[in-house]
Amino acid sequence: MKLYPRQRHRVLQVVTKLLVPFVLMVGLYVQFHGDYGPGGGFQAGVIFGSAFILYGLIFGLQRTREILAPRVLHVMMSLGVLLYAGTGAVTMLLGGNLLDYDALAHDPLHGQHWGLFAIELGVGVTVSAVMISLFYNFASKR
Amino acid sequence: MTEQLPALQILITMLAAPVCVLVRHAKVSWAIAFGANVFAFWVAWQLLLQVQDTGAIRYALGGWAAPTGIEYYIDTVNAAIVMLVAGISSVVLLYAYSSVSKAIPKAKHYLFYAAWLLCVTGLMGIVITGDAFNVFVFLEVSSLATYMLISFGDDRRALTASFRYLILGSVGASFILIGIGFLYAATGTLNMIDLAERIPDSQSQRAVLVAFSFITIGVLIKAAVFPLHAWLPNAYTYAPVAVTAFLAGTATKVSLYVLLRFFFSVFGEDYSFGQLFLNGILLPAAIGGFLLMSLVAVFQTDLRRMLAYSSVAQIGYIVAGFSMASQAGLAAGIVHIVNHALIKASLFMAVGCIIYRVGHAHIPSLDNLFKRMPFTCVAFMLSGAGLIGIPLTVGFVSKFTLIGAAMDEGWWLLAALILISSLLAVIYIGRVVEIMLFRQSREGGQASTGMAEAPLSMLIPMYALVIVALYFGIYGSETLGVANEAALQLLGGFK
Repeated sequence: MKLYPRQRHRVLQVVTKLLVPFVLMVGLYVQFHGDYGPGGGFQAGVIFGSAFILYGLIFGLQRTREILAPRVLHVMMSLGVLLYAGTGAVTMLLGGNLLDYDALAHDPLHGQHWGLFAIELGVGVTVSAVMISLFYNFASKR
Repeated sequence: MTEQLPALQILITMLAAPVCVLVRHAKVSWAIAFGANVFAFWVAWQLLLQVQDTGAIRYALGGWAAPTGIEYYIDTVNAAIVMLVAGISSVVLLYAYSSVSKAIPKAKHYLFYAAWLLCVTGLMGIVITGDAFNVFVFLEVSSLATYMLISFGDDRRALTASFRYLILGSVGASFILIGIGFLYAATGTLNMIDLAERIPDSQSQRAVLVAFSFITIGVLIKAAVFPLHAWLPNAYTYAPVAVTAFLAGTATKVSLYVLLRFFFSVFGEDYSFGQLFLNGILLPAAIGGFLLMSLVAVFQTDLRRMLAYSSVAQIGYIVAGFSMASQAGLAAGIVHIVNHALIKASLFMAVGCIIYRVGHAHIPSLDNLFKRMPFTCVAFMLSGAGLIGIPLTVGFVSKFTLIGAAMDEGWWLLAALILISSLLAVIYIGRVVEIMLFRQSREGGQASTGMAEAPLSMLIPMYALVIVALYFGIYGSETLGVANEAALQLLGGFK
């Protein structure tokens, strides 16, 4: 895949720079508003990752990697899974079954809320890291 | 604490996988993986004891009771299989450290152990879950990790072998998913116990029939039953040997368990074998498997490939036991699942020791190996004797019960064919033993360099499995007792 070098496509570059923060915001909105409206970790992770992918398409793989190193992505992937499974472990330590969020707070409603918040955050972090790292891998192949 | 055991069974290995990726250190991640596996084995053991004490365990995930939420359902059948999976995985992992350190670049070790942990998690999850869709999810977890593990092989052909398995495995998994989808359409539930209750009264019996066909074919692919085994020989040959030993003892066995669970518990014996005449498919596949594949094994020149074909043949015996749909037949099949896992894992571990020292597993060049690696050769011969079915080995226990079950059914021809294929096993194992023991090395052969055994860290786990196999060969009633109990529970349906 041939990526656009710098100094060309000035319009695309400017538009991308303007768009990326908003795309990231939408990603975070879908993530944290997921328990009240449509959304959730998977969708949010894809949107969040797509901001980096857009940046990579316009400014090149090299510059994107300087912002977000592949090594960081590995850590993000594992942390997301750890957060999800760890939530399950915490509910068990608090006396519930695996992923029984009622145990997380005195009020079952709050418990469910916090539990979902935690696992969806785990899903979001992992999915965005996987999306970006898929892009890195395909883009670096010749 | 004890009521949380079903969740702990999969949670600890699952948590350990990302931790391995985070620490990025070969030795530490190995230690984490090994510790998590030993813990899983302990949990499985406690579960088996508890099941035998108090009967089936039901565990509601997230506190949502059965038909609404996902539940884990554990009885003697899956407690025994999950203990087998965790046990084989722990022993082979102990062995893997030295074996893998030579075959895989050190920088990738942490990824290897993380994939291993995910694979074990998936396999154990498939076995203990009581939810049909959850079976598919865990199947994907274990399959994806398996493709990765196979592609770690140092031969470039490992990549094509892994890709081939990926294609066929995905076909199998999609068939299973389609089947589960049809079941959901026909009954409106995914819980296995609920399915078993609702299938007979379902309004759309045609959808149930389609579901049954898809699930059968899908699982037969994953279990590498004879005409659908094409992915297995290359995958077993080119994967790192430790991975092969692990997969040969667990992956196909777990698929065979899924077969049992769906045929006997979910659809019920009356439906599968009474109405649909399933043994018309299973029996020819089994016979073709153990006869043809044993014959093919005789002509292989690579030790790993020979054992891979022999694995397909042994799966034939297990399926032959299932196809009788009698208590004795099922017990014979289940006991052979355990016995074959022990034999094949230890055989592949012996091959791993040979490759560690000699560098290849080309049978004609293994002349006079006994002088160089006596302990490895003795282990190979003891396990090989089990494969043939010589008395006092586990192979004898399972073949004896299998032939007895066939005679109870009046299937004399099957009993005779099993004996004939055992003779083929004598040929292919005997050929290797003859070369190892008696053939004088040619000029430029690799004899006369004195003894060069594999390291103790590989020999000890290998002998641990060999000794366990010998123990169960002499005290066959222990495994047979569990298998009989399991067969009764399968035929009795969900309680």
